[in-house]
Amino acid sequence: MQFWVIQTLNSLALGGLLFLLASGFSLIFGLMRIANLTHGALFMLGAYFGASILKVVPNLWLAALLGGLAVALLGGLFERLILRKLIGNELGQVLVTLGVAFIIADLCLILWGGDPIPVPTPAALQEPLRFFDLAFPAYRLVVIGIAIATAISLYLLMERTRLGAMIRAGVDDMNMARAVGIPVSRLFTTVFCLGAFLAGAGGIIGGPMLSAYPGLDADMLPLALIVVMLGGVGSLIGAFVGSFIIGFIYTFGIALAPDLAYVILFLPMIVVIAFRPRGLFGRIAA
Amino acid sequence: MGALESEKGRVTPALQISGLKKAFGGLPAINGITLEVMPGERRLIIGPNGAGKTTLFNLLTGDLRRDAGAVHLFGEDVTRLKPHQRAHLGMARTYQIITLFGKNTLEHNILLSLLGLSADRWDAFRPLARHGRLYEQAREVLKLVGLEHLAARPIAEVSYGERRRVEMAMALAQKPRLLLLDEPFAGLSREERVAVGQLISGIPREVTVVLIEHDMDTALDLAERITVLHYGSVIVEGTRAQVVADPKTREVYLGG
Amino acid sequence: MNRNAWLAILALLLAVYPLAAGEFYINLASQIFIAAIFAASLNLLVGYGGLPSLGHAAWLGLSAYISAWLFLKMGLGHWATAPLALLATTLIACLFGLIALRATGLGFLMLTLALCQVLWGTAYRWVAVTDGDNGLRGLTRPAPFGISLDDSTAFYYFTLAATVFSIWMIARFVGSPFGAALRGTRDQPRRMGALGHDVWMVRWVTFVYSAFWGAVSGLLFVYYNKYIHPSSLSLTTSAEAILSVIAGGSGTLGGPIIGAAIVVLLKNYVSAYIERWNMLLGFVFVVIVVFMPDGIVPGLRRWWARWKARKVA
Repeated sequence: MQFWVIQTLNSLALGGLLFLLASGFSLIFGLMRIANLTHGALFMLGAYFGASILKVVPNLWLAALLGGLAVALLGGLFERLILRKLIGNELGQVLVTLGVAFIIADLCLILWGGDPIPVPTPAALQEPLRFFDLAFPAYRLVVIGIAIATAISLYLLMERTRLGAMIRAGVDDMNMARAVGIPVSRLFTTVFCLGAFLAGAGGIIGGPMLSAYPGLDADMLPLALIVVMLGGVGSLIGAFVGSFIIGFIYTFGIALAPDLAYVILFLPMIVVIAFRPRGLFGRIAA
Repeated sequence: MGALESEKGRVTPALQISGLKKAFGGLPAINGITLEVMPGERRLIIGPNGAGKTTLFNLLTGDLRRDAGAVHLFGEDVTRLKPHQRAHLGMARTYQIITLFGKNTLEHNILLSLLGLSADRWDAFRPLARHGRLYEQAREVLKLVGLEHLAARPIAEVSYGERRRVEMAMALAQKPRLLLLDEPFAGLSREERVAVGQLISGIPREVTVVLIEHDMDTALDLAERITVLHYGSVIVEGTRAQVVADPKTREVYLGG
Repeated sequence: MNRNAWLAILALLLAVYPLAAGEFYINLASQIFIAAIFAASLNLLVGYGGLPSLGHAAWLGLSAYISAWLFLKMGLGHWATAPLALLATTLIACLFGLIALRATGLGFLMLTLALCQVLWGTAYRWVAVTDGDNGLRGLTRPAPFGISLDDSTAFYYFTLAATVFSIWMIARFVGSPFGAALRGTRDQPRRMGALGHDVWMVRWVTFVYSAFWGAVSGLLFVYYNKYIHPSSLSLTTSAEAILSVIAGGSGTLGGPIIGAAIVVLLKNYVSAYIERWNMLLGFVFVVIVVFMPDGIVPGLRRWWARWKARKVA
């Protein structure tokens, strides 16, 4: 029983992290039509930043905030200086994000070395909660909480704020949005920074579970892609649902059939794409 | 006019549209259109911008999926067929916005059209240049539209009027039974309109022609029957004289 | 001088190259040939088909692993492992194509990336079959007609012959009516459908054909290295291929070959001085995409045309 509890919580927590990663990716893709392959590297960068910041500021949440902002800043610079030059060149933009992902990955290797850097769980959450003879790792619960809070915040942002309305308009019909006077270029930078922030902060929040290690980007990116393809591009609900589905499949897959976890992982994506190329909740075909 | 008699003694229409509906995100673009075009007929579909004319064509060719209704081509139900399948059943169209292969020569463009219905298109080994018969056919088609002398020129280097004629040639190369012309006169000068008009009048009677235009004057002479569309519905239909006389027609163009 | 004269000169140079060059450079040339087939096969999709794939490493890795596995675990000889590996990889490509082609453009790119990453992850984890991070070693090179290919010069000629054949087959494909239709679907897919071409089928056949030649390069790859490791299925491998295509110039026959040569040379030379190949690869990506998006071959062609025009004036 304890096994199932742990695995379920792990699944939910991983799903939560994936949501932080995939929601940003989905927003950027939906609005800017850029498949941001740098996203996995931004997550990893966040994790490394967090590990370093924690040495100076021993509060994980503060580290997540600061690290997230740092990654957001870098993301914004990348968008303004490089991606901006390639408007209209969809393939070029993707390849450039891939190039930058490689650069970030190797920079992390140079700056932080090849050994995994553990990120300590906050002291207050190191003791598991006990209910009915079962131990629930406290940190996992908090991660799930953060993911839900983020989902709600993003929902409110999209549905209740002007910024959200502009984003939704842009996702629906970019030309119309421009014609109506929406400041598209500022919107792009804002959304890209938002996505980068979520990825970076997610990396730190995920630190106690995953730690910071070379290759974290290559592990997380395909998961984010599968979530977004499964859930539907540009859809927050899709990212939410997809993240938890993949979180479960990946965690239980690794636990029960580690050799073929990866194959099991992409089965739901295949099934969904075969019947609905735009994913479960997507409105635009990728 | 070739007549295809069914058991009931009725001639099978070349094109039969029944109750066709299409909405975009809640906004109805085609509101239940029913019409019939007989073999060999010259039908003009007219209506102000936004009336749904090009959407109708896209539904006919299969580029858009319908929400409800059916399309029959010479008696066959093509509603669920993909565009290339409809092409093989004899449907061809031109586009309002010229969509030619800009970097290729006129000849190559026609070749691609000829290949579309030829088994040769699956040849993945012999050089295209060796398919001499196709090249001859391409020249024949270009001759039809008076552009044979430009066969080796890239599309990008010929005039707009000449490109419009290549659009026509692409469709004629398919030897269609039903030809859909989407605003074939768009953007043309007076002389060019006359040239294209002559081309269209010269199309043999085996081909049924359906024309879209929003400018009544230009296409009026070519039409035998006219269908007037407005907000996705058929408002008036009949012979040239009937439609011109009908007060609803004038309303559509001058009124609300 | 016309094109045939240039080709003849090139052929002569390639034929006598091993007589002049040392072993390191002969091996380097073999690597370039293998990379050239890999890039040229990808170009069918990217350059001629307009379908950007970031999962081409799948075909190289699958055929390499299958051939290695059949050899090591089933004890089959090369005359059997080669065709079986090619067949199996092609069949898997048929399947992957069905999935990947549910999308085009960026969706296609993400699907191919995800599919290849799954293979990569599986290669690391399915230790029973792939030996995981250790890779499969103890492989041999075939000995066609009894001639051992362990000698680098012999392997060079073998690979050269394979490359010439592969590029020739790809060239025939491109120059055929099917190739013309493929380019048509790249430029105006909707129009091609209206003209009667089955656009999906054209793309799917091209996908499979491109995978087949990718698999061929995979066989040569595993023969050259006598070893296969999951890293060959990585995104880096796919990225190197697409970089070769765009750096050289997509949509041309020579472009990917030149691009492959540049990437291999860069990798070999620079790796001696800079440890971080990935970072350099990333930089080159950014530079090429931003400053030389058409690639080198079209760029050179333009300069050549301008130079000739100046001479006439």
